[in-house]
Amino acid sequence: MIYVVIGFLWLSICLYVILGGADFGAGIVELFTRKKNRSKTKVLMYESIAPVWEANHMWLIIAIVILFIGFPEIYTTLSTYLHIPLVLMLIGIIARGTAFTFRHYDAVKDDWQSVYTQIFYFSSLLTPFFLGLIAAATISHSINPDAKGFLDLYIFSWLNWFGVAVGFFTIAICAYLASIFALRETADRMELSLMIRKSKQTMVFVVVTGALVFLTAYLSDIPLVMWVFSKPLGIMATVFATICLILILRAMSRRKLLPVRALAGFQIIMILVAATYQHNPNIILFGNGQHLSLLEHVAAPKTISALGWALMLGSVFILPFLFYLMASFSKLRK
Amino acid sequence: MDDFLAARAQMAMSLGFHIIFSCVGMVMPFLMAFAHWKYLKTNNEIYKGLTKAWSKGVAILFATGAVSGTMLSFELGLLWPQFMKHAGPIFGMPFSLEGTAFFIEAIAIGFFLYGWDRFNKWFHWFCGFLVGVSGLASGILVVAANAWMNSPAGFDYVNGQYLNIDPIKAMFNDAWFPQALHMTVAAFCATGFAVAGVHAYMILRKKNIEFHTKAFKIAAGFALIGAFGAPLSGDIAAKSVAERQHIKLAAMEAHFKTEKGAAFVIGGIPDEDKGEIKYAIKIPKVLSFLVSNDFNAEVKGLNDFPRDEWPPVMVVHFAFQIMIFFGVIMIIIGMIYLFAVFFKKEWLKKNWLLKTFLVATPFGYIALEAGWTVTEVGRQPWIIYGIMRTVDAVTPMPGIQYSFYFFTAVFVSLSFVIIFLLTRQIKMVPKLYDPTDPQFNDKQKKL
Repeated sequence: MIYVVIGFLWLSICLYVILGGADFGAGIVELFTRKKNRSKTKVLMYESIAPVWEANHMWLIIAIVILFIGFPEIYTTLSTYLHIPLVLMLIGIIARGTAFTFRHYDAVKDDWQSVYTQIFYFSSLLTPFFLGLIAAATISHSINPDAKGFLDLYIFSWLNWFGVAVGFFTIAICAYLASIFALRETADRMELSLMIRKSKQTMVFVVVTGALVFLTAYLSDIPLVMWVFSKPLGIMATVFATICLILILRAMSRRKLLPVRALAGFQIIMILVAATYQHNPNIILFGNGQHLSLLEHVAAPKTISALGWALMLGSVFILPFLFYLMASFSKLRK
Repeated sequence: MDDFLAARAQMAMSLGFHIIFSCVGMVMPFLMAFAHWKYLKTNNEIYKGLTKAWSKGVAILFATGAVSGTMLSFELGLLWPQFMKHAGPIFGMPFSLEGTAFFIEAIAIGFFLYGWDRFNKWFHWFCGFLVGVSGLASGILVVAANAWMNSPAGFDYVNGQYLNIDPIKAMFNDAWFPQALHMTVAAFCATGFAVAGVHAYMILRKKNIEFHTKAFKIAAGFALIGAFGAPLSGDIAAKSVAERQHIKLAAMEAHFKTEKGAAFVIGGIPDEDKGEIKYAIKIPKVLSFLVSNDFNAEVKGLNDFPRDEWPPVMVVHFAFQIMIFFGVIMIIIGMIYLFAVFFKKEWLKKNWLLKTFLVATPFGYIALEAGWTVTEVGRQPWIIYGIMRTVDAVTPMPGIQYSFYFFTAVFVSLSFVIIFLLTRQIKMVPKLYDPTDPQFNDKQKKL
């Protein structure tokens, strides 16, 4: 049953990165669009996320709940030593969620809109940045429970160049996903070529920040290259991700867009696999050489089996309903 | 401000706001679904407008409730890591089910808001109703988790270790039913009165009278269910507290000396050091009767327990008095309204009745917050009643006060923005929602 629970944890993290990420990306892409094209971009982005945007962010809650029920030690370690970036990320989540709602449910459309919009943009940028930073902190040996002093315990546990690079990389991935996802929402050739241009720009951004991640890892003595490329699975994942990239580029140049969403989603999953597989099942690597593992630091068996059943039962209700929602609205727009 | 106090203050404040957002989000969908049902039955376009107007309120509050809820799921760990480390696997079960309920709510709300004229009308209606049902389920589940902190179950505590964990037993602890029932009823009461008050105000200002009267009637109906249900569910809740948490009950009543035929205390100022209460009205033997249906039953007093296990008596007692005071007022208002409906129809149009409802707008929420204070402050100094003290659960990270200031600012500004948005929704009723108004033009907005 423990594998069911880990599976669900992994699934919800992946889905959050893909669906929630695309959602953040919509704000990022809009922010970096020239004024001239902004309103068009906004409509496109909005069309693709509005009915499902609430649901996209539920995956984070599911992941957190799985962590605190099934892996309490991991949850409490993260929330103790990464308190500050978690709070900063929360601020992003709050600001973004509310600004999004206000943007669309304020009955009067006036100057307040630009206030909501500004908040929406910057929180769309802030949240994925800190998400990436937090993820980086779990594997960069920067958390050290044996450290002394406030700075070493609670600040340098997350503040380092590698973390910043991963933060930027996460932003890039979000923007990339959003522009790919919006491709099929376009109504005419003008819009389509606008979005294709955006997709290519964000793709470059992903590659550049990805290189930055490897560079900072090298400078901080984090053996990232070894983690990714020392095992067949890591190499395969990297190869698959690259193939996806080529396929997406081909699909865009031929204007055959049916598979792009699935390809981009798969690509992101492959990146996650490549980044995390090596130290699986260890999820937090400490600065003092110890680690927390998904298989060892786990709740009592009865809890895990109850949690597993609850998750399976939940997915029976959620998944069909969710897919029906997504399918209905993408069909209705056509 | 020391870190422990700051952590408690931050948690109390976050929950205090979250309770309001989520209770509105829990009950409003039912108001909305009711108006929608009326529309489908009568084809009266006003009900359709009303449904849409209320659905915007649901959307706004659901989104705020969702973010404040997300925040709380993190704050539990950010502020109380020692608690979560041990309690997470025991009391987490309801949270995992709540995740499902919440997810369904989010999906259903997507269908409902964007589904007008796109789906079978009864499927569309059902989605709206489902928003309410799943919201209610989430509420009940979260309260079940809280109830566990008051009535720990589903594990053996041996030499500081939590053994033989059974999360299902933990979920169905002794306190979950009384607490969940009372909370649900209170949510209906509070939201019903709040919504009715707002519409009463609009009728008093002679704006879109027919629209707001229809809204007022539905909301008042829901308020009545809550107002009359509250004392019944409250009685069940109090009896359950009396069985499990003698100290909390004694603090609620500022009852210091153990005695038979204990009096029910109304008002007064408790003095913890002298162990007495001044200026209170005492109704002899009633407390004993309320607690155990026997006028001469013994009720334990605070003096029987060590001083370091007392909650802050003053806070718990005052909060309890406030809750009862507003509860009684709402029952009286409810009775007047019922009397008017059945015997004096002409009262319903009178300004004094509407003004009464206007004044009562916040009463339900005041009572709700007070009741929650009784439950939570009354549990102190324990975070897991009788097992773990709150002070032992707090995070080792210093400087929590800044986090507290910051979150206070966030929540206060959030509340202002919500009020601002809801006011603007109400202002737009003539243009967007009331089809009988000359200014009505629903083409200007695509949704």
